[in-house]
Amino acid sequence: MGFITATADRLPIRNFTESAGLIRTLGASGFRRFSTYRQATVAATATNTMFGFLRTYVMLAVAGSAAALGGQAAGYDAPRLVTYVWAGQGLIGVVLLWGWTDLADRIRSGDVVTDLLRPVHPVLGYLLPDLGRAAYALLTRFTVPIAVGALAFDMYVPRRAATYPLFALSVLLALLVCFAGRFLANAAAYWLLDSRGVLMTWAVCSGVLGGLYFPIRFLPDWAAAVLYFGTPFPSLLQVPLDVLVERDPPLSQLGLLGLQAGWAVLLLWGCVAVQRRAERRLVVQGG
Amino acid sequence: MAEPSAATAAAPAGADRTVPVTTADVADAPASTAAIYRALLRAQVRAQASYRASFALDLASNVIFLGADLLTVLVLFHQVPALAGFTLAESLLVFGLAALGFALADLAVGNIERMKQHVRTGLLDAVLIRPLGVLSQLLVLDLGVRRVGRVITSTAVLAVAAYQAGVRPTPANLLLLVVTPLAGAVFFGSVFVATATVAFWWVESGELSAALTYGGRDFTSYPMTVYGGWFRHLMAFGLGFGLVAYYPALILLGRPDPIGAPAWLGWCGPLLALAAAALAALVWRTGVRHYRSTGS
Amino acid sequence: MNVIETRELRKEFSVRVRRGLLRRERRTVAAVDGVDLTVQRGELLGYLGPNGAGKSTTLKMLTGVLHPSGGRVTVCGLTPVPQRIQLARRIGVVFGQRSQLWWDLPLRDSFELLRHIYRVPGGEHAARLRRCRDLLDLDEFLDTPVRQLSLGQRMRGELTAALLHGPQILFLDEPTIGLDVVSKQAVRGFLAELGERGDTTIVLTTHDLADIERLCRRIVVIDHGRVVHDGGIDALHARYGSQRRVVVDFDVAPAAPPVLPGVHLESATGPRLVFTLDGSASVGTLVSALTALGGLRDLSVAEPEIEEVIARLYRH
Repeated sequence: MGFITATADRLPIRNFTESAGLIRTLGASGFRRFSTYRQATVAATATNTMFGFLRTYVMLAVAGSAAALGGQAAGYDAPRLVTYVWAGQGLIGVVLLWGWTDLADRIRSGDVVTDLLRPVHPVLGYLLPDLGRAAYALLTRFTVPIAVGALAFDMYVPRRAATYPLFALSVLLALLVCFAGRFLANAAAYWLLDSRGVLMTWAVCSGVLGGLYFPIRFLPDWAAAVLYFGTPFPSLLQVPLDVLVERDPPLSQLGLLGLQAGWAVLLLWGCVAVQRRAERRLVVQGG
Repeated sequence: MAEPSAATAAAPAGADRTVPVTTADVADAPASTAAIYRALLRAQVRAQASYRASFALDLASNVIFLGADLLTVLVLFHQVPALAGFTLAESLLVFGLAALGFALADLAVGNIERMKQHVRTGLLDAVLIRPLGVLSQLLVLDLGVRRVGRVITSTAVLAVAAYQAGVRPTPANLLLLVVTPLAGAVFFGSVFVATATVAFWWVESGELSAALTYGGRDFTSYPMTVYGGWFRHLMAFGLGFGLVAYYPALILLGRPDPIGAPAWLGWCGPLLALAAAALAALVWRTGVRHYRSTGS
Repeated sequence: MNVIETRELRKEFSVRVRRGLLRRERRTVAAVDGVDLTVQRGELLGYLGPNGAGKSTTLKMLTGVLHPSGGRVTVCGLTPVPQRIQLARRIGVVFGQRSQLWWDLPLRDSFELLRHIYRVPGGEHAARLRRCRDLLDLDEFLDTPVRQLSLGQRMRGELTAALLHGPQILFLDEPTIGLDVVSKQAVRGFLAELGERGDTTIVLTTHDLADIERLCRRIVVIDHGRVVHDGGIDALHARYGSQRRVVVDFDVAPAAPPVLPGVHLESATGPRLVFTLDGSASVGTLVSALTALGGLRDLSVAEPEIEEVIARLYRH
């Protein structure tokens, strides 16, 4: 059981240069790893694009019906909904809503104990490569659907210059929330023999309650409020997309980002806490 | 050959003669073949039931995924009273026909989408050394019994929608209500098999086949009037998804097609399903042949 | 009679090779490059070669999993791919790394399903199963789901599964890989017994040289898709210049060691002499020459190690 004690003397990161180097190395490893899955990226992007067409037409029909009645669907006009759909299809791969089972697989195989031997906190050890992966997805899986959507439909382009940095920040926060959510769902494998149920629940909720199937603003106000404040799901797609299509005035955009940041902090803290308990459990059971 | 020894006598020489020599994948003597598959199927159900908790969970999650799609339709209609000229009840009829057809196909052949893993793990090789057809073995080996929940739920949705939309219970309508999901099942099943075949050429194809299987389901779940331009033409008529739910629903609703297609198109689902099945069989055979000439 | 016959059997794969940043080139690689093989009924054949030599590809062509790119192949008088289903009834296959068994069901259920699949009459099935149960000690885990079996237990199950329909030929791809010593011995003992009965032809690929020494009377070595050796272990020794070694201890170091054709004095340290013998030289002649010198205390003959031979073979 000697190796477990290694977790206690996890090397403290001494100074800024050292930590910057570590972040760079781990992040780059995620970027490189995913850039080798070129074929899988092509396949996933093609699929996202296909669903972009399907969802755009449905949303345009909604906007059309609303316009015929002289109104807008929950404050979105047709071009806004088009941007909402295509940017959403692009973000699926960036925040990586589903399909991440690395941690659960490593827990099941027992490889997870080697994570404890590294001189990096395990949560950080998974987060940094995930940021690298997201950077690669931003260049591939995000840009292609946006380009296709822009060619095929009339898209809304943000008018306020401040929206662009706000959107970038919101995407980063969404990625942090999504990573933490995935990490927690995966970590269920420490306690459950078969954690697929938890992963599946995460997949359904992040899609439906995150704003992928329909904008959460389409729901009655009370239901939307419950989701925004009671669950992290709208922070995954709904918030960055609302920021992008300028659904709300600048001050509200900042408020939404604050909400995202709150969820990110809460969930990442949850990851660290869960990891601590899991390590104690590993020590007790000897891996 | 020398006289068969005790060990070799088991190879039933008599049974061999009934096997067509040229096409290896055609099943032989029908009666006993059915018995073999029944035994395999029973074993499969037993194996899945041994994971009681997972089984219940899969059963539930399948219903939840359908619920998510249904919720989407309801939420959209919470915003607007009609979608591209169709009311909620009318839309749900289209949705129900598509969902039941898809659920039946998913139950029977949906697991073929794991073809990629089968090629990668070598299960395909293990299947090729047994004296049975390749596709039928893969389907039975991995049958998604747990997907039965989805069939039941979609049936309920369809029944409620047909009632709410005021479908008149004439014999023709009732026949169409039964035939359409069945034809849809065959059609979706063909799409599943045909797209899974991609794995023979391209093991890393990921979720690409989902674009046509799940994408096709999403397309058929809404009235065709929702879509526009070349996309509608390609999907509805080029690939045939229009005949799965939309045109039969128009007959059931007694509505003419706003896009202007003749009403009898709604009865063509079974013909399309047969054509799709034939095409899928051809694609599958080509895929297996390709696998054999390249291997893993 | 010949149960396996191949003539100029070939299998080519086309691979893409990256050239520079974007350019990719298709290149054809022959995994099996003209293999002639004749196997008679009852033979126990070891099929050897380094990784990537084409062993598994050959086996897949013989069992109807892969279509040859060229040449002829008949197994049990059938052409494997077009007559796959007929052939499947006459052969048994064990892929060491892949399972034939139903993962979540007890071993017994897998055997029962295989009886259906291969349409084996109940009596024959029961008789064969009984024999395998006795020889492979299956009884203690017959009712355990396969996923809970140890690798050794599973392999014994796989062997049984491959034999229940009474195949004429048994193909084994790395049957002892990853097994513990006891299981390896059980598997080897079983295969040796099966081979001795003479009615089942066995073709096995392996990396474990103990398998070969214990089991195979005939060895085919393949490298880069071509057969580089086909014969017994002795022939392998003779051909690749493996040398037997005779170590002799005298009371006093002899003044003049004997000089014989094909015998070389390797070393002489005090009263101990070490001779190496070429394949053709006779140990008997050397021993009588040594005895004639008188004062002989001890003498031992060391056979060459098969591992050495194979290692030398692979280095070519």
